[in-house]
Amino acid sequence: MLDFLNRIPDLLDRRVPDSGRLLLVAGAVMLAVSIFLPLWQIHLVAPQYQEGLDLYIHSHKLEAGNEGQDLTEINNLNHYIGMAPIEEEDFAEMTFIPFLLGAFSLLALRAAFFGTVKSVVDTLVLFVYFGAFSMWRFYYQLYTYAHNLDPRAPMDIEPFTPILIGWKKIANFTQYSFPREGSALLLLTVLCFAGAIWMAVRQDHAAYEEESEPESATA
Amino acid sequence: MQHVKLLFLAVLTLGLVGCGSGSSSSNSNDGAPASYVPPGEKDDYYLFYSGGHSGQVFVAGMPSLREIQTVPVFTPSPGHGYGFSKKSKEMMGEYRWGDVHHPGLSKTDGTYDGRWLFVNDNANNRVARISLRDFRTKQILGPIPNSMGNHGSSFVTPNTEYLLVATRFSVPLPKGSHAPVETYQENFNGIVSGVDIDQETGEMSVGWQVKTPPFNWDLGSTGKGPSDGWAFWTSYNTEMAHDSLEINASQRDRDFAAFVNWERAEEVVQNQDVNTRNGVPLIDPAEHEGVMYFVPVSKSPHGIDASPSGRWIVASGKLQPTTTVFDFEQVKTAIENEDFQGEFRGVPVLNYDSIVEGEVPVGQGPLHTQYDGEGNAYTSLFIESAVAKWSLPPWDEETKQDMSQAVTDKINVHYNIGHLVIPGSDTKEPYGDWLVAMNKLKKDRGLSVGPEMPETSQLIDISGEEMEMIEEDYTAPEPHFAQAVPADVIDPIEVYKQENNDHPEARWEPENTGVTRNGDQVTVHMISKRSQYYPDKVEVEQGDEVTFHLTNIEQVSDMIHGFGIAEHNMNGVVAPGETKTFTITADKAGVYPFYCTNFCSALHQEMQGYLEVKPQ
Ligand SMILES: [Cu+2]
Repeated sequence: MLDFLNRIPDLLDRRVPDSGRLLLVAGAVMLAVSIFLPLWQIHLVAPQYQEGLDLYIHSHKLEAGNEGQDLTEINNLNHYIGMAPIEEEDFAEMTFIPFLLGAFSLLALRAAFFGTVKSVVDTLVLFVYFGAFSMWRFYYQLYTYAHNLDPRAPMDIEPFTPILIGWKKIANFTQYSFPREGSALLLLTVLCFAGAIWMAVRQDHAAYEEESEPESATA
Repeated sequence: MQHVKLLFLAVLTLGLVGCGSGSSSSNSNDGAPASYVPPGEKDDYYLFYSGGHSGQVFVAGMPSLREIQTVPVFTPSPGHGYGFSKKSKEMMGEYRWGDVHHPGLSKTDGTYDGRWLFVNDNANNRVARISLRDFRTKQILGPIPNSMGNHGSSFVTPNTEYLLVATRFSVPLPKGSHAPVETYQENFNGIVSGVDIDQETGEMSVGWQVKTPPFNWDLGSTGKGPSDGWAFWTSYNTEMAHDSLEINASQRDRDFAAFVNWERAEEVVQNQDVNTRNGVPLIDPAEHEGVMYFVPVSKSPHGIDASPSGRWIVASGKLQPTTTVFDFEQVKTAIENEDFQGEFRGVPVLNYDSIVEGEVPVGQGPLHTQYDGEGNAYTSLFIESAVAKWSLPPWDEETKQDMSQAVTDKINVHYNIGHLVIPGSDTKEPYGDWLVAMNKLKKDRGLSVGPEMPETSQLIDISGEEMEMIEEDYTAPEPHFAQAVPADVIDPIEVYKQENNDHPEARWEPENTGVTRNGDQVTVHMISKRSQYYPDKVEVEQGDEVTFHLTNIEQVSDMIHGFGIAEHNMNGVVAPGETKTFTITADKAGVYPFYCTNFCSALHQEMQGYLEVKPQ
């Protein structure tokens, strides 16, 4: 293991094999496509809303089911517990996240062009940071909405945190929250990056094995 | 790698959610009748009952027979805000009721298309159109000029070109002129009318009328296939009696049916000089050949129904125990050959023997016939309180010798059946699985509710060889006839979309609402939503005429808000996305609460405001 760590500096300068570079191009494409797909969905079900109310979070917009009507309905209902209306304007990141995703797509292409492990690792680290930050930011917004309840609201309920992933019962509603196609593509992109690095590692290892074979023969 | 882990978890969750959302609707209803529709499940058919002198249409599900909705047509209904809004008041005119007898569904190419339901008003000579998109009355046409007692409708042609209408009563024409009743035979006339339907909007207008002798026209139907372009009506009182009709109109062994070629009538009006009366082209059939023929039918007939193929025209004489089958192919031949047995007031009478295919001894008091599309006919027997099932032609030789062999089954109903309905019976493709018997009396059939009892509807399974009584329900007074259509033919809207609201006074934002005054005319632009009115205070002066334009800005299904004003005889009920206008006169000083009358939310009770009427 230590041996492996020792070899990292060497590894970073190694070249990604051509099949790995193809993976990086695929990752770049998926990143670009994810801009146009929903990343997350919140689905609310109650006895009188068996068909459910839906919110779709895209990188650049907030979309609601029933031709947008579900958002009005969610806000109508939230008004009873004193929650501020959910509005797209509150999601400032929606103005720049699409560009960030575009930038990551370019970075992935750049890594594919130069083909060094270092450039892939840089992109991957930045991208994972970006992903984690986005998730936290999303969580923080859900938290803020549900914790700043108007004390004059007709219905008094304990501030709560909507669930980020999974399901949760809130009053008469069950809230389901789960990632959608866009997030799946982002996950696949991470796997592409990791795959490209792995190929470089394996190639390195194979070369190392080849080199060391005569030595071990003499030992 | 936190991000990756989260995403993995997410994918798992997605899978779980996907698994959990399946619904199972398997149910074993051992012992439950075939009409049983479990809670939460839906019926297969919409059933539209005429509401008789209630002036309404009742909508039920079939096979459950559960009532779903009342559609007010000729009678105010505060529960629907109908008869209170400006538009519905205007549509109803001065009348407060109607007598709805025969609902008719619109058709395209001889099958139901789910666009409209037409109903007639026997009392005030009107027809109405209900849109099946929102189950609301859209137009009331009438009183129809020259027409008195609109009983013989609403019969819809195969492509909804016309709604055909015949008068029950005869009066001196033009309507409003006087002649002594003793001069009935000379001075009184009946009418059949073609009500033109605009294919785009459904707008109805009277296209033409045909003058008839003063018979009492009864029921009708429209042709199809070989009889396309024709309409058929029965009549009673060919005696042309004017008093004690019970006796005097039941003397002749045969009365007349009218076979009217509506395509020819349309042509006559388009190409020839036809006198108009009260603005409607009025055809004298003695002057225009080919428009109308008389056919002798058995005594005092009621129903006349064209079979799905359009070849067999079946008329039932209620005072004779037979139902007569005419062959329309022979009718065409007889007309071509001028095979007439005489004429009546210039209208040829077709030779009965040349066009009759057979008389089927169905039983006592035959009224009305429906078809299952499998070659079977079902005739209601009023006197016998039964339904007879019999075979349409072609009949074998043995049956022709003994027509009683055509009758294959009979079932008792409770009691005194009038009409019956099989879904699609008047189309070219009936759905022959159920039959509903609409019975006039219900004594002893359920808990007593005093002297005024509802009618019964009985559901009969006709899918097998033998008819089987499955279910019974009580129907509000008084269904005369019904139409039934598969649920998937109808595609109702559930909200009026904001972009489709074309009311010029609609408002969608609280800041655009308010009260404006012009002399003593006060206009209020108001919106309603859960659980508030904007504005919720309206100040006026005593004597003002106050017009409310109320927009329900909700855009979700079933979120109706009412608007009842205490002591002002007003309940506006506004559906999601709709704007309604209503007017009151604020003639009493004081403060009057207005409130939401249609339960809308947890804070429905708090949804109220005040109308302040300042004394002069
Ligand atoms: Cu309300």
